[in-house]
Amino acid sequence: MTDAALIWSYLASKPLLWLCATLFAYWAGDTIFRRSGRKPWANPVMIAVILLAVLLGLTGTEYQSYFEGAQFVHFMLGPATVCLAVPLQANLGAVRRALVPIVVALLAGSFTAVFSALAIAWAFGADTALLATLAPKSATAPVAIGISESLGGAPTLTAVLVLLTGMIGAIFVTPMLNALGLKDWRARGFATGVAAHGIGTARAFQVHDTAGAFASIGMGLNAVLTAFLAPLVLRMFL
Amino acid sequence: MVGALAIILLFQLAGEVISRAGHLPLPGPVLGMVGLVVALSVSTRLRELIRPTAQGVLQNLSLLFVPAGVGVVAHMPTLANYGLALAVSLVVSTLLAIVVGAVTFTWVARLVGSRADD
Repeated sequence: MTDAALIWSYLASKPLLWLCATLFAYWAGDTIFRRSGRKPWANPVMIAVILLAVLLGLTGTEYQSYFEGAQFVHFMLGPATVCLAVPLQANLGAVRRALVPIVVALLAGSFTAVFSALAIAWAFGADTALLATLAPKSATAPVAIGISESLGGAPTLTAVLVLLTGMIGAIFVTPMLNALGLKDWRARGFATGVAAHGIGTARAFQVHDTAGAFASIGMGLNAVLTAFLAPLVLRMFL
Repeated sequence: MVGALAIILLFQLAGEVISRAGHLPLPGPVLGMVGLVVALSVSTRLRELIRPTAQGVLQNLSLLFVPAGVGVVAHMPTLANYGLALAVSLVVSTLLAIVVGAVTFTWVARLVGSRADD
């Protein structure tokens, strides 16, 4: 074997290479995102995923061996979910003042997201595993991945569907709600956080501060509600 | 920083234990989050200790989705078979959920007289 081949076979068996590649790919994605003026279509995660998928394809690396390295980043999803307690607690006062609309809109928005997604996929003939994968897609990724796992779905596919959901919400929310003439920033932000989690929340903060604060409340509450709702609604389609 | 991280992990750990012991549908980290909201409401000291670390983690939240997202390479056959179903399902359900949520919030707020501060 040549030196280069020896070095490659060493690196391919260690987590360092793909951990490093994951961080650099995200850095590249984030740079493009900021240069574009934070446009929703230039989502840094999507860019990083495409870069890494191409790299895995070119080097003939299995996802399994990629994940050996990337698992250290993946692990932080759990602690990050716990960290959502900080913005949620900081906004408790605003939640209390709008408690009734928040509870009703949360139930309506969350149920609509899960039920309509499953009804459409079911009508197209999706199987049980795919429905379980799809059900939690409006919840924030760390939670959605956990729910998908417990329902017997494919967590990695759920992660992709969660990202796409956030991007769809972020791209269409402003023109759509403007067209409907809805002017309450609390309502606009909250609904976006419930339906399109963190990516929608980031978009809401760009448009209006109140919308952003209510979007993070919506995202946090929907993370909890989806964990209850997704198994119940899924059972309706089995 | 180390203290904050240790406490965050402890809440996650407690959440996992309660979730598994009680066979609850909620994932451990979500229970940990609920527990931490309660704890933060009670203790100002804890709030000051946790906030910088939590903000640091949340500012880079998107990075954490990348490893799972790359999993798409292992699901190409599913995506090819169900691409249209998934695309229609995601677009329609997301837009519908935003409209239903925003309209419901606006109507109920008007009904109970809850006004925005600004």
